[in-house]
Amino acid sequence: MTTTENTTRNREYDDPYAPSSHTDEGRVFTVTGQDWDSVVTGVAEEAEERVVVNMGPQHPSTHGVLRLILELEGETVTEARCGIGYLHTGIEKNMEFRSWTQGVTFCTRMDYLSPFYNEATYCLGVERLLGIEDEIPEKAQVMRVLLMEINRISSHLVAIATGGMEIGALTVMTIGFRERELCLDLFELITGLRMNHAFIRPGGVAQDMPPGALDQIRDFIALMKKRLPEYAALCNANPIFKARLQDVGVLDLAGCMALGLTGPVLRSTGYPWDLRKTQPYSGYQDYDFDVVTWDTADSYGRFRIRLAEMWESLRIIEQATDRLAGLEGAPVMIGDKKIAWPSQLAIGSDGMGNSLDHIRHIMGESMEALIHHFKLVTEGFRVPAGQAYVPVESPRGELGAHVVSDGGTRPYRAHFRDPSFTNLQATSVMAEGGMVADVIVAIASIDPVMGGVDR
Amino acid sequence: MSPKEPGEFPEVTPGSEPDATDNLPENTLPVNPDALQPEVIRVRQGMFGTTGSGDTSGYGGLVRPVTMPGGTPRPYGGWFDEFADDFGTGLAEAGLPHAVEKVVVHRGEITLFIRRADLLEVAKLLRDDPKLRFEFCSGVSGVHYPEDAGRELHAVYHLLSMTHNRRIRLEVTCPDGDPHIPSVVPVYPTNDWHERETYDFFGIIFDGHPALTRIEMPDDWPGHPQRKDYPLGGIPVEYKGATIPPPDTRRAYN
Amino acid sequence: MGLEEKLPSGVLLSTVEGVAGYFRKASFWPATFGLACCAIEMMTSGGPRYDLGRFGMEVFRASPRQADLMIVAGRVSQKMAPVLRQIYDQMPDPKWVLAMGVCASSGGMFNNYAIVQGVDHVVPVDMYLPGCPPRPEMLIDAILKLHDQVQHSKLGKNRVAEIEEQETEALSALPTSDMKGLLR
Repeated sequence: MTTTENTTRNREYDDPYAPSSHTDEGRVFTVTGQDWDSVVTGVAEEAEERVVVNMGPQHPSTHGVLRLILELEGETVTEARCGIGYLHTGIEKNMEFRSWTQGVTFCTRMDYLSPFYNEATYCLGVERLLGIEDEIPEKAQVMRVLLMEINRISSHLVAIATGGMEIGALTVMTIGFRERELCLDLFELITGLRMNHAFIRPGGVAQDMPPGALDQIRDFIALMKKRLPEYAALCNANPIFKARLQDVGVLDLAGCMALGLTGPVLRSTGYPWDLRKTQPYSGYQDYDFDVVTWDTADSYGRFRIRLAEMWESLRIIEQATDRLAGLEGAPVMIGDKKIAWPSQLAIGSDGMGNSLDHIRHIMGESMEALIHHFKLVTEGFRVPAGQAYVPVESPRGELGAHVVSDGGTRPYRAHFRDPSFTNLQATSVMAEGGMVADVIVAIASIDPVMGGVDR
Repeated sequence: MSPKEPGEFPEVTPGSEPDATDNLPENTLPVNPDALQPEVIRVRQGMFGTTGSGDTSGYGGLVRPVTMPGGTPRPYGGWFDEFADDFGTGLAEAGLPHAVEKVVVHRGEITLFIRRADLLEVAKLLRDDPKLRFEFCSGVSGVHYPEDAGRELHAVYHLLSMTHNRRIRLEVTCPDGDPHIPSVVPVYPTNDWHERETYDFFGIIFDGHPALTRIEMPDDWPGHPQRKDYPLGGIPVEYKGATIPPPDTRRAYN
Repeated sequence: MGLEEKLPSGVLLSTVEGVAGYFRKASFWPATFGLACCAIEMMTSGGPRYDLGRFGMEVFRASPRQADLMIVAGRVSQKMAPVLRQIYDQMPDPKWVLAMGVCASSGGMFNNYAIVQGVDHVVPVDMYLPGCPPRPEMLIDAILKLHDQVQHSKLGKNRVAEIEEQETEALSALPTSDMKGLLR
């Protein structure tokens, strides 16, 4: 362990992992491991001095690569700051060099626990610019809602599972991931991939529902209705759970509004703001579900909200499945040939997704269709100039894509307002004054996904 | 789209000088009538990356001005008119008659171009006035238009009124040579990290921000990555038998 | 279980390298280096359906000083690269690195300023696993291939010779863009 005085560098050796740092006041203790005893004795000598500790970016409990710089006085956190950017991928700039449809494959990987929401907000923005918001086929809308709600369940399961693991409840982790596998099986059946599906595309969705999907979804609903009470039974009245979560990470309504927090954090203060109800998109106004709130504005409230939202999502999935049963054979992509090609795909003899009818049509029957297909694949469609912002209610809060077009085939600028990025600003407010262990719980209750934070 | 295309374009200034506003009736948003023209941001020449005399497709001679939607004349339709009247009244009372440069209503969304000097006052008005009550700011988004001289950097704020369930957009421009915009963190503290991010990626300096430092890139990173004059980076990728250059140096099909 | 029943006269003969390799691979503790989407698939492989505990690997050590294997799961940004190297240096020998996913193997779809184009720019990699993200079964397949590699790696002088042989082979290997005739 080394201590650095204010401006001088008194060191007997140069530690490659702990270069000297210059601070303007106080003493900085740099901890590199295996020297905890000297840290403790050193701190004990100057009882009123504080310790600056770095948690992360590689840390099992920080929800991804989040760096927390904590100033501790004993066990109490006096200052907490977040260092982010360890997962910055330049997705927004990369999207400027790809066509509008290819942009979906990029934006899907931002918030990787809720990929359908990234795709949905981007596609809704593009569709608003194209002016085709009212022409999206109904089946595409219903499929979008269905996939988004299953995604909400899988995302909340990960939030609860990792939150439980971080406070030591490993069973919650195991059963959470067990249920999540059921959600991922549904995704694989419908979209072909477990994660990062580029399925919601401007104009509709990429493919129709495969046969047998509705039955599997109904089985899934029935099974989840038996499995979800397990979480409640395990956690809700558990005294250790409540002692760890109640009155931790408190942020009242004024704090939430000032810091711009949305999602379960805002609803835990009692304010029922849910974009699915207040500014509905994709036909959400036709579904019957409730907005879940809690009144304690702490981590326990957010946990209960996430559990209850999973039940509400099951209700929506049930209604969506019933509607899909009556929409057999309906188109799932807009009919405008200049924006999308028909999406009645089938698995060809080589195992690849192709529509033999479509190929026969473009190769044998219609030159115009071939040209459209060629232009769509190489160039992409053109979006009129302008900008649009259509936010959706992702499991973490308000996720919106600010899409700017200059009339071309590529996004001029696509900026994503990610809820985790904004929600994470509340870490300082939630953590300071509490204990180190509460920092973990507070961040877990915000449920940030670093892919969305850093993009 | 790619930075290598040249851009020369006719002079269009969508009006940041206030004039002829005194004759407008009271309680109207004072907007320059010149602002009603579509805004030309650049002129595209050629397509498919064709240059020089080898071009037989004819696409090399294509000249196309790229225009963003221009200002919309009154009436705007829907709740926008009521909002514009309330906003105009508020601005007049706050003594900011020339704060709004242009109002664009496009695809059901309203965008107000605000003069950057008045931004903080306008934000305070929008948040506090009981008829407006835009208490939630979704964040700042930066856009870089390199060929729009004098208005290269745009900062876009999306405001939400939870009380009235409405959304508007504010847009503030600043030139590359003087990239300063007043910070709205005193009014909307949520913009703290958003403004840091916009500074990190575009170089827009927000005056009055409590701690304007890089947030996503490493602290000593040179340059501002999401500007159009910053390359995408990337390396050529080796496949078996071929090497493909990175996306921004490849031939473009649009 | 039951190995001792299968042995004739209750005696098992092996080599030192074989036994050491067996012990190393049978309890191969990964260090948590989950970064992005691949990390979620890595957590799922540790979950109940695809159980890494069968291979003795369910115990993801938080401290790199107790880990043998670093599974780099996810995209490594420029800001994260020094951290990655630091964690790798903190791991004691013998250690192995598995680059999970295309972003770790080669930069993936993100060929840009922000992502290190392959973690082999930063740490030496023993196993590359493509996929975006790779399914848990693919991850387990890569781990089992790595187990094979660990089981058959030599010790002492033989190890030095093995490393030298691998290096000369790698240095004289044909670069990818010169490999012709394999496009179909």
